[in-house]
Amino acid sequence: MYLSKLSILQFKNHAEQNFELHPKLNIITGLNGSGKTNILDAIYYLSFCKSYFNTADALNIKRDNDFFVLQGNYHIGEGVENVLCSLKRNQKKTIKRNQKEYERLTEHIGLFPLVMVSPNDIVLLYEGSEERRKFIDSILSQYDKNYLHNLLQYNKTLQQRNALLKFFIENNRFDAISLEVWTETLIKCGNYIYTARVQFMNVFQDLVLGTYSQIANQNDNVTIYYESQLATYTYAQGMANSLQRDRSTGLTTFGIHKDDLIFKIDEQPLKKMASQGQQKTFLLALRLAQYSLLRKHCGRPPLLLLDDIYDKLDTLRVANLLQHVLGDAFGQVFITHTNNSMLITTLQQQAIEYNHITL
Amino acid sequence: MHYPSRLMEQVVEELSKLPTIGKRTAMRLSLHLLKQQPEQAIALSHAIEQFRTGTQYCEQCHNISDTAVCNICANTMRDHSLLCVVEDVRDVMAIENTAQYKGVYHVLNGLVSPMDGIGPDDLTINSLLQKVQNNQVAEVILALNTTVEGETTSFYVFKRLQHFNVKVTTIARGIAHNDALEYTDELTLGKSIANRINYEYVR
Ligand SMILES: [Zn+2]
Repeated sequence: MYLSKLSILQFKNHAEQNFELHPKLNIITGLNGSGKTNILDAIYYLSFCKSYFNTADALNIKRDNDFFVLQGNYHIGEGVENVLCSLKRNQKKTIKRNQKEYERLTEHIGLFPLVMVSPNDIVLLYEGSEERRKFIDSILSQYDKNYLHNLLQYNKTLQQRNALLKFFIENNRFDAISLEVWTETLIKCGNYIYTARVQFMNVFQDLVLGTYSQIANQNDNVTIYYESQLATYTYAQGMANSLQRDRSTGLTTFGIHKDDLIFKIDEQPLKKMASQGQQKTFLLALRLAQYSLLRKHCGRPPLLLLDDIYDKLDTLRVANLLQHVLGDAFGQVFITHTNNSMLITTLQQQAIEYNHITL
Repeated sequence: MHYPSRLMEQVVEELSKLPTIGKRTAMRLSLHLLKQQPEQAIALSHAIEQFRTGTQYCEQCHNISDTAVCNICANTMRDHSLLCVVEDVRDVMAIENTAQYKGVYHVLNGLVSPMDGIGPDDLTINSLLQKVQNNQVAEVILALNTTVEGETTSFYVFKRLQHFNVKVTTIARGIAHNDALEYTDELTLGKSIANRINYEYVR
């Protein structure tokens, strides 16, 4: 699968842009503020019906205009699929595939798989555990509808259970059966999620570490741990042990909503001990491992968007990264970069074909 | 806003207290009432008054009723040992429309939801337990929504009924009539396979 044509009308800072694209490699260069990332965001939008940056939809319309239109032609096997996304101010957005409008956006999401690598990925290292859970949840939900269902049920039940605990505190009363029904749903859904996460991490860990050493070209002692209270207690035990604490805090203190991923280098926290280059390499490895799982489940290579490729990476690592993503395991790749001479020299030395977009 | 008539202002105020009705819509509705024959508006206000003061909750099933005991509960042809537990009057109407059910109902008038401040005591669960305790019921059918709140309410009722000598069942969830398997969503199809039933010819 590859995107052969992209047209952008009044999207973010772009008035009108039309691009013919290379099936393998596309390089987008331009000064800061010229809108390189916005081109990637347009491609992201065509796959997910929303901006990568999760901005309110109307903010994606170019200032002083009333609408935006994005269009892409995707080559899949012998066929060509046309996708059109448009939004008029104060109206519902429209997504059409081959001129036919979808009834629900969820029908579209997943048909044109895509992975974005962005400097923003740093939140996976520096923000709280919620970001890391969101990361694995988004991967698992993409191919396990049961996982998504259990996760949504779990989150709703958790809110209800916490509300009930607070009600007990405020009204100075307690009713065991009322609480039990919520607790047992948490146990049922939580167990499904825990088992799925364990199985997933077994595969994912090796993928990440393998990719890391390919790009770093050296054997840093990098590790990932899946941390969960469920590793120590069964769900029923854990919930029983924490009952008194839950009743005094008004919060559910045991469960898979406390899970985290721990990243280490030489057994020390990665965000403290690793260099910026090592951190960036690690984040890339996370995204590329996500890519290879997604590819396996879709049966075709997703699009790969690499925003600001030299961000915190030295020339050697960029060369390794290029070699890696230009291999057969990957499909079409988009790369943005401010200083084109360095990247272009590398590509020309290796006689790699590409399409160059200069903004 | 300045109204030319205080009486009009009063009507707009009252109408706009209704859900989904804003000031603008309330204004349009009141102008509409003014254009109709006076009898129209009087009929409307009369209907509302009668509805509000005349209806009550059936003392047996807690459904909305014009009489102390509703038509369904008063019907001696129906099987009073079969009790279908539903959320509200809309579910009673939906099941009645199928013309397949000959038992009676028990209307909870809500679902358990701590976030909305609704606990079991705010529903008619105690009256349900009373009926079962008095040995009036052979089977309780739980027919609540598949939302988290619906499932949890079913679970709660089930737990409270566990110790009584009563059969507790729940409505089957499955594939819609005339639906092709390949278009059925994965969750429904998965549940239908997990909860499969013995084969019998189904019309
Ligand atoms: Zn009744």
